[in-house]
Amino acid sequence: MRVTQDRPVFLNLLRIRQPVAAVVSILHRLSGFFMVLLLPGLIYLLQLSLSSVDGYSRAIAFMDKPLLRYIAIGLCWMFTHHFLAGLRFLLLDFDVGITRNTARKTAWLVHVGAILVTAIAASRIL
Amino acid sequence: MSRSPSSGLRGWLIQRLSAVYIAIFSLVLMGAWIDQSVTYYVWRNWVANPLVNITLIIFFLAILFHAWVGIRDIVMDYIKPDYARYLLLTGFGLVLIGMGLWMLRILILVTPV
Repeated sequence: MRVTQDRPVFLNLLRIRQPVAAVVSILHRLSGFFMVLLLPGLIYLLQLSLSSVDGYSRAIAFMDKPLLRYIAIGLCWMFTHHFLAGLRFLLLDFDVGITRNTARKTAWLVHVGAILVTAIAASRIL
Repeated sequence: MSRSPSSGLRGWLIQRLSAVYIAIFSLVLMGAWIDQSVTYYVWRNWVANPLVNITLIIFFLAILFHAWVGIRDIVMDYIKPDYARYLLLTGFGLVLIGMGLWMLRILILVTPV
């Protein structure tokens, strides 16, 4: 096969229409990354809630602040999407749902599932 | 396990196994705690219970291992210069180890009240 060095390449990912599975995948990566950033805060809340009666009420009151409620909803979406997308990947590892049409359907299911669960959680948090 | 030095199999396995434990434990946690408003005493005694305490510690360790593999993948995919890889991987590694030790202190020191 001849190698042609001068052909133009178009690799601007943001301007290429991505398949739904690709969107699920990159969101899976992003949600994982941002959850890692939230870990120290969560560990701190755990520590606070276990320290004393006062600490416990402060931890609860902290999560009741408006900004924290939105972060909690964000965290809910991140966890649910990562969970469902991860489950889809795990099934794909075992060759479950590897055909193109099934893979597309399960990708949509991940999106819908994550948004649904987050919507339910949001209605209770807000 | 594949004997090739960098086959990635170990990371892949750790990520999957930790994911399964995290998934199951998360569902159990949510089942136990959704719609519960409890007092400090109920909460603390629950965390202090040995079975809960130990499975909880393993839960956090699983998260840290899972996070490590994920972060490593991200760094390897997007960060090319060697010095930057060393810096970020070491940095994140230390942070994760630190959080692990912090979490261990918190959970091991919880006593019933």
